[in-house]
Amino acid sequence: MDQLPVLAVVVPLLAAAAISALSKLLRGRRRLLDGAAIATSAAVTVILLVLLSRTAQGDVVYWFAGFRPSHGIAIGIDFAAGSLSTGLAALAALLVTAAMIFSWRYFEQVATYFHAIMLVFLAGMAGFCLTGDIFDLFVWFELMGVAAYALTAYRPEERGPLQGALNFAITNSIGAYLSLSGIAVIYGRTGALNMAQIGQDIGRHRPDGPEGLVVVAFLLIIAGLLIKSAIVPFHFWLADAHAVAPTPVCVLFSGVMVELGLYGVARVYWSMFGQALGHRPVITSAFVTLGLLTAVVGALFCFRERHLKRLLAFSTISHAGMFLTGFALLTPLGLAGAALYVAGHALVKASLFLCVGIVLHRLGSVNETALHGQGRRLRVTGVVFTLAALGLSDLPPFATFLGKGWIEDSASARGLTWVIVVVFVGASVLIGGAVLRVAGGVFYGLGDPPGEAPEMAREASEETSETGQGRNRTPRSMIVPAAVLVVAAIGLVFVPHLGPAVEAGAVRFEDQAAYNATVLSGVRVAHPVAIAPAQSTGITVADVATGAGSTLGGLVLAFLALYWRRLPGLRRGFEPGRGLARPIDRFQSGVVNDYVTWIVIGLACLGGALAFSIR
Amino acid sequence: MTPGQRRWIFLAGMAGLAAFYLWGLAGLPGFGNYPGPYGDILNRIAVGQTRATGVVSAINFEYRGFDTVGEEFILFVAATGVATVLRHLRGEREGAASDEAVGRDLPPTSEAVKMVALLLTGPAVVMGWYLAAHAQTSPSGGFQGGVVLATAFILVYLAGQYLTFRRVSPVDVTDAVEALGAGGFAAVGIAAVAMGLPYLTNFLPLGTTPGAVTSSGTIVLISLFVGVEVAAAFVLIVVELLDQTLLLREESR
Amino acid sequence: MQIFPFVVVVWILAVGLYGIVTSRHLVHLIVCLIVVQSSTYVLLLAVGYKTGAVAPYFFDVPLHTPAVDPVVQALALTDVVVEAAVSALLLAFAIQAHKRFGTLDPQELAQLKG
Repeated sequence: MDQLPVLAVVVPLLAAAAISALSKLLRGRRRLLDGAAIATSAAVTVILLVLLSRTAQGDVVYWFAGFRPSHGIAIGIDFAAGSLSTGLAALAALLVTAAMIFSWRYFEQVATYFHAIMLVFLAGMAGFCLTGDIFDLFVWFELMGVAAYALTAYRPEERGPLQGALNFAITNSIGAYLSLSGIAVIYGRTGALNMAQIGQDIGRHRPDGPEGLVVVAFLLIIAGLLIKSAIVPFHFWLADAHAVAPTPVCVLFSGVMVELGLYGVARVYWSMFGQALGHRPVITSAFVTLGLLTAVVGALFCFRERHLKRLLAFSTISHAGMFLTGFALLTPLGLAGAALYVAGHALVKASLFLCVGIVLHRLGSVNETALHGQGRRLRVTGVVFTLAALGLSDLPPFATFLGKGWIEDSASARGLTWVIVVVFVGASVLIGGAVLRVAGGVFYGLGDPPGEAPEMAREASEETSETGQGRNRTPRSMIVPAAVLVVAAIGLVFVPHLGPAVEAGAVRFEDQAAYNATVLSGVRVAHPVAIAPAQSTGITVADVATGAGSTLGGLVLAFLALYWRRLPGLRRGFEPGRGLARPIDRFQSGVVNDYVTWIVIGLACLGGALAFSIR
Repeated sequence: MTPGQRRWIFLAGMAGLAAFYLWGLAGLPGFGNYPGPYGDILNRIAVGQTRATGVVSAINFEYRGFDTVGEEFILFVAATGVATVLRHLRGEREGAASDEAVGRDLPPTSEAVKMVALLLTGPAVVMGWYLAAHAQTSPSGGFQGGVVLATAFILVYLAGQYLTFRRVSPVDVTDAVEALGAGGFAAVGIAAVAMGLPYLTNFLPLGTTPGAVTSSGTIVLISLFVGVEVAAAFVLIVVELLDQTLLLREESR
Repeated sequence: MQIFPFVVVVWILAVGLYGIVTSRHLVHLIVCLIVVQSSTYVLLLAVGYKTGAVAPYFFDVPLHTPAVDPVVQALALTDVVVEAAVSALLLAFAIQAHKRFGTLDPQELAQLKG
């Protein structure tokens, strides 16, 4: 029997416990500690990749403690690993490995806590992806959350926004408990905690639409997941948390943690509520609206930032909106596009954060203005950063361009092509412009340093690099992971049969009937039924056009941002973007009370929209 | 937002959210009419299958044992996080706090408190172990037992014996014990995997009398591990928090 | 009477969130967070209740006596203990903030950040 699913979760847990138990022994032996941690996460990556290869014929279902379901009723917990789930878990493990390799030199002094909590974080992420039980999903969600709070507060890199960890913890805790309330509501109706069983129970056809209870349960359960995914208006905590958290931890937050929230939304929808809610157009409209709004807001805030880590955090928010849009189209190609986009984005974003970590390590700052031209001696880092920046702007042949292209192709099935293409390209141009501006200004000294508001200067220049300043050489353990990740982002597109494989995975993910049969009756369904006609996953001219177009727009915008003061004909004292400054500052206030208010308003609006359209 | 604006905006939003929530809850079967089937099935089969008369513990440590592993590690991470954050703060003092009362003398602990605490320490230890060892019988279990066991350590502190308290709960040992508790639980499951069974299968002999101390196989073992871990976690948290308080008293003297 | 416990659930949630939104002190805010979490526990336990049934422990009652749902009790049990530890973690963050800035007012802390 295939024990791989459980090993992927339990091996890091046992390793973390062992590291903690032996902490006194390991105190002086840094190499042993790092080696053990890296070996564990590498092993988990391998386990998950092997498991991925076994999911091609259908979900791998694993019942804990031997309690198999009978007559369609499950009494134990199950893992139901499909190809998309396992792929995401493998991506998480890969990023954890890269972050651990990076931390080897990044933290001069590290207690065993860091490695132990990172491994537990990995276990939480793997469990979250693989599980098929809604309460188990909540448990791993909480574990991910608590490990994330602890990691955020680990040697905070900024003196300033120390409450970033608090804002993160409070907003996400509220989200988690709203999700648990939703679980309690759906349990009260169905008496089950297994996703397949719940989906079957509430999915029975009702002529006058789903019950109010189902709609409320759905919204409550995804409330916590939307907060974790930093969708507007639940996104405020992300930038604060990124500013405080150490760079290797930011790699994980932006690379996978946010995306796991979106995976949770997709999983809860497709495994439980899809049939019950009937795939109504209002669901597409509501979530596409949220997604596009998030994409725009994130991109605008991103362009305005001068703090490197916050800049990248806002770009994550924008991309999260794009991923949500991909899911919300409710087609196989849309979901496949979102999945590939997530993979490409994770690799590129991780690489960018690792480069920022190198900058912090060597130059001691993350303020774009103060760093202008200082990065010239970081030649290799500059090349890697620029490549990753181009990848973030969706340049072909990075995986990001293909994923985005598939989402745009799929939009035609819902008649939303123009609005989605325009928003996606616009957001990519803004984000690309921001990161390319950073690349050009910091690493090549092009143009003039961007202007800034005084508060931002104070914010971004008050940080303490963990390892002290002014090192002479970038250690190989820091630059190699960054370089490998960005090359992987390019290489992903060339994996043979990638398109059909991902789309097949998406089709299977979306077939609720097949999922129920596999989990509850052990039946292997060879050909899952697609919810909408599967479209071609080849590379179309339109994909290349939007990808290249976004990158070109980004380059132009970056050029303008760096050189606008030297252009003739512009009014003196004209500061582009100043009009945007005050409203932006007023929203991202740093006060957690505001953030919670926005959560309540957001949920009330979303709930109202769903309630009035579905009933 | 100004505080005034925020309050009104929140109230408007909350009214909407509350209405939405109540609309959904109205669809539930009324209070007192649990429809099943999960709970009913488990009530029927748990005693026979696991020889445990405490169905809640059977669920926690057997039927849904994997959830409990996750919850245990949440506890582990939280306690470790508290230790990390607060230990790093020792010796860091940035300036006078705006809400501190300076120049106020702390009253000494009363003799009555000390005596009662001293008398209760022994019974608390016994009670804690009793609860942890009887998960399969009565409303008890590792979580409850662990918390009571932790209070035994705190009673030592209350009995005025701060130094003894620190000596019986050295942080390194507490860290290690906590990790052993969490790891032990996960390891019991892995032992099943090593035998080729699904994770956390109950592979120890189940005994014949339901609810006896030695019945129900791995449930007792897991409950003891959990008790140890919970106790260690709470002792660790209290030690770290107490350290902060005492540090402040030192500095303000 | 059938819906009253659920009204209480929503009320506790509203009170807790109101406390968080109008809070001027981090410790107060964290305790309000605990209140929000309590609303979830009340919901869990209310959903599993059966009128006239006994607790799901069969060492002193005959085996097939109707008992309330043990699953929600198991869920709530582990969650309560875990919640206490997580609140301790948040309080540790609050202590950290207090040490750095000497204040626990969320609004003041936000202004100090820049």
